[in-house]
Amino acid sequence: MKKNTTNLAFYVPYGLWLGLFVIAPVLLIIYQSFFDIAGHFTLGNYATYFESGTYILMTLNSVVYAFIITALTLLISYPAAYLLHYTKHKQLWLLLIILPTWINLLLKAYAFIGIFSQDGGINSFLGMMGIGPKQFLFTDFSFIFVASYIEIPFMILPIFNAIEELNEGFVNASRDLGAKSWQTFTKVILPLTMSGVKAGVQAVFIPSLSLFMLTRLIGGNRVITLGTAIEEHFLVTMNWGMGSTIGVVLILAMFLIMFLTGERKRKGGRAS
Amino acid sequence: MKKWKWSNLYLIAVFIMLYVPIFYLIAYSFSKGDSMSNFHGFTWAHYQELFADTRMIQIVIDTLLLALLSSLIATIIGTLGALAIQRTSRPVLKNTVLSLNNILMVSPDVIIGASFLIFFTALHVPLGFMSVLMSHIAFSIPIVVLMVLPKLQEMRQSMLDAARDLGSTTGQVLSRIIVPFITPGILSGFFMAFTYSLDDFAVTFFVTGNGFQTLAVEIYARARQGISLEINALSGVMFIFALLLVIGYYFIQQGAQSRKSRKKGGALR
Amino acid sequence: MKKLISMIIAILAVVTGLGLWSTHLQKSQGATGDNTLNFANWGDYIDPALIKKFEQQSGYHVNQETFDSNEAMYTKIEQGGTAYDLTVPSEYMVEKMIKSKMLIPLDKSKLTGLNHFGSLYMNRSFDPGNKYSIPYFWGTLGIIYNDEYVKASEIQHWDDLWNPKWRGDIMLIDSARDILGFSLVSMGKSMNTTNPTTLQLAKAKLDQLSPNVKAVVADEIKMYMAEGEAPLAVDWSGEAADMMANNSHLHYVVPSEGSNLWFDNLVIPKTAKHFKAIYVFLNFMNDPKNAAQNAEYVGYSTPNDAALHRLPKAVQNDKQFYPDQSVIEKSEVYEDLAPKIVGMYNDLFLEFKMFRK
Repeated sequence: MKKNTTNLAFYVPYGLWLGLFVIAPVLLIIYQSFFDIAGHFTLGNYATYFESGTYILMTLNSVVYAFIITALTLLISYPAAYLLHYTKHKQLWLLLIILPTWINLLLKAYAFIGIFSQDGGINSFLGMMGIGPKQFLFTDFSFIFVASYIEIPFMILPIFNAIEELNEGFVNASRDLGAKSWQTFTKVILPLTMSGVKAGVQAVFIPSLSLFMLTRLIGGNRVITLGTAIEEHFLVTMNWGMGSTIGVVLILAMFLIMFLTGERKRKGGRAS
Repeated sequence: MKKWKWSNLYLIAVFIMLYVPIFYLIAYSFSKGDSMSNFHGFTWAHYQELFADTRMIQIVIDTLLLALLSSLIATIIGTLGALAIQRTSRPVLKNTVLSLNNILMVSPDVIIGASFLIFFTALHVPLGFMSVLMSHIAFSIPIVVLMVLPKLQEMRQSMLDAARDLGSTTGQVLSRIIVPFITPGILSGFFMAFTYSLDDFAVTFFVTGNGFQTLAVEIYARARQGISLEINALSGVMFIFALLLVIGYYFIQQGAQSRKSRKKGGALR
Repeated sequence: MKKLISMIIAILAVVTGLGLWSTHLQKSQGATGDNTLNFANWGDYIDPALIKKFEQQSGYHVNQETFDSNEAMYTKIEQGGTAYDLTVPSEYMVEKMIKSKMLIPLDKSKLTGLNHFGSLYMNRSFDPGNKYSIPYFWGTLGIIYNDEYVKASEIQHWDDLWNPKWRGDIMLIDSARDILGFSLVSMGKSMNTTNPTTLQLAKAKLDQLSPNVKAVVADEIKMYMAEGEAPLAVDWSGEAADMMANNSHLHYVVPSEGSNLWFDNLVIPKTAKHFKAIYVFLNFMNDPKNAAQNAEYVGYSTPNDAALHRLPKAVQNDKQFYPDQSVIEKSEVYEDLAPKIVGMYNDLFLEFKMFRK
């Protein structure tokens, strides 16, 4: 009897949340995706999405950028998380990694605009070294850089947690057995921290697909992602149907990613 | 004292990168000009302006209150949810629930905001603090689940079985073994939820009403007239405050822990 | 576990403290339900000192909520749930809101000071006879140039933007109607064109402009121009005024072949409740002295002629922001186009933004 009540306590609040704030809105979005701008039932939104090259191109764009951003973030975050693990006061350092995320995104974007601009920080530095001013803003480079900057804490955190739980014994055993440090890393440390990497990738890749604020502020709308299009359909055209359609595509893409990175225990092998 | 390691240089570089834009913001809060370009000389004016602005102070307080409360509740529900997911044995169901979990993370804020608005008005929930609180809880839950779940997965089943064999009840297993083990995940989840809540603009805009306003909405709305350096000053104050809080909390905790461990003579956390 | 529980208690304690502080502040500001006025406004679009003055004079408390786009504001009012008493939509949105019966007609018998407004700004096509709206600020669309890089003679017409000399030099405001609009005007067409072929041609012409475009941005354009990041920009006059205040090298031109004329207007949405306070506030804002103070703070062009005469001579005679009648007459006000057409404008604009090289 008691067991049942505790079980209920696990499922009920979360289940309620799933039902009310996830499934209901998603059904609403799917429902809306079948209406055109004049409020008539149609399949036209999906036809537009798949037929006009614009949206397909935009989707590819988003995936490519999200992929690059995630890869770069992972590349920077993994060693950082690993090194953090060996510092004194590591919990404090970790908190200090999270702290910058509490400053409003728009403000940080404006700060980057200042840093990257023609007579901003970087260019004056280059000027001192005798190099003429370079165009940084509105380039793929600056967009990817700033997006990665924003996402880094979201990647470091889960990886750090995974490394924390790593049993030092395995690492030492591997070293004692004569493994080179690179071997220890690829054969022992990396597989054992894979769950953290996956959580980080999910927390970064998925939101990166629908970035929109940075595409305008830093990318100068020279970078267009699905997020930009949705934003426009909801807030400018007020074509909620088309906006919802792109939303549905995003959700489907996310399902795909989840199933690809999800655990496959059945196979019995180690994921990765 | 260990000798200096070159690898620390990498960490220092990462920290510098993370903090450069913040210091840039704070530096300009002392500039005489009124935009974040070209420093015009030192002044305290923006801070005076800030402390005289009751409306702004009210917004900051409401924002903090909302962020703390919503992330606390989201952390509790999210942790319970992660436990529920962990107990699910069928992989297909598990993956489905996990995907559902992530929907709010992948959906752009405008979609979430607009559909929540329709949802609240359909149910006649008055717009204001409560509707914003519910929305913030809603979109913070998935990140908590994502942070807690890996911890749960690392826990070895044998550990739990052993505890049960020794006669522990479910409640005891939960409070004595599971929760302490996943605490770091829970804390990360809380901090991430806090971050999401502080930063959210689009969802809050749609579901707020009757005078309730958060800082992010105010900042975005002011952007049309150019962000005033008063906002920089505000960020500066909040940042320094958070920094002191974090450092203070850490050392108090450290002190308590080292006393405790000396007493027990052990180093267990 | 213990650690977590003590943390939860600590957080709850802090929350309670903040809650008490917040209610205290609210009380000290005098908000008590019935004597309030809920004002949905663009951010920083009214002098806060005026609000204080109004509260002291009238005893009403102004509850300001801010929005950052006409459409988002529209959605909120359409859904109901918030009791806005006044809001400030742009002209095409006024038209749209009238069409969808979301506005309450003004009771002219309760209004004073309407005679202060210039005839150019009243009785426009979006609200004939000003049944629903009072103009708040107005302006044009034009070109901002930096005289360190651009000579005045080089940039007098929309077509001058296409000069290959400006490769990668132009910043555009992120707005479909405005950008396609100036392309249309440069072809001698109306900014309210609904003909798909003409729109396609205007878009094709914009594609030719693409190599000259540095970025398509929004509010932050002000910061960029003030900083000298780009020598040229296409933006609204109100924004231009802001930039020029920060950089004396900047100038604003409204091309003589025509441009857009825009208005932000005070209206009463259907969600309004506090009608007494609304009219007291409207009359307060129509007062030339207050309107002048507001115009000085916000920096946009005021439609209140009596207020304009109170502003410094340099402002009154500034042809950039108070252009000659002939320029105004040539300019078009945006009409609220059918949703299909708006969709077309936006799709074409999106394609233009994605078009590279």
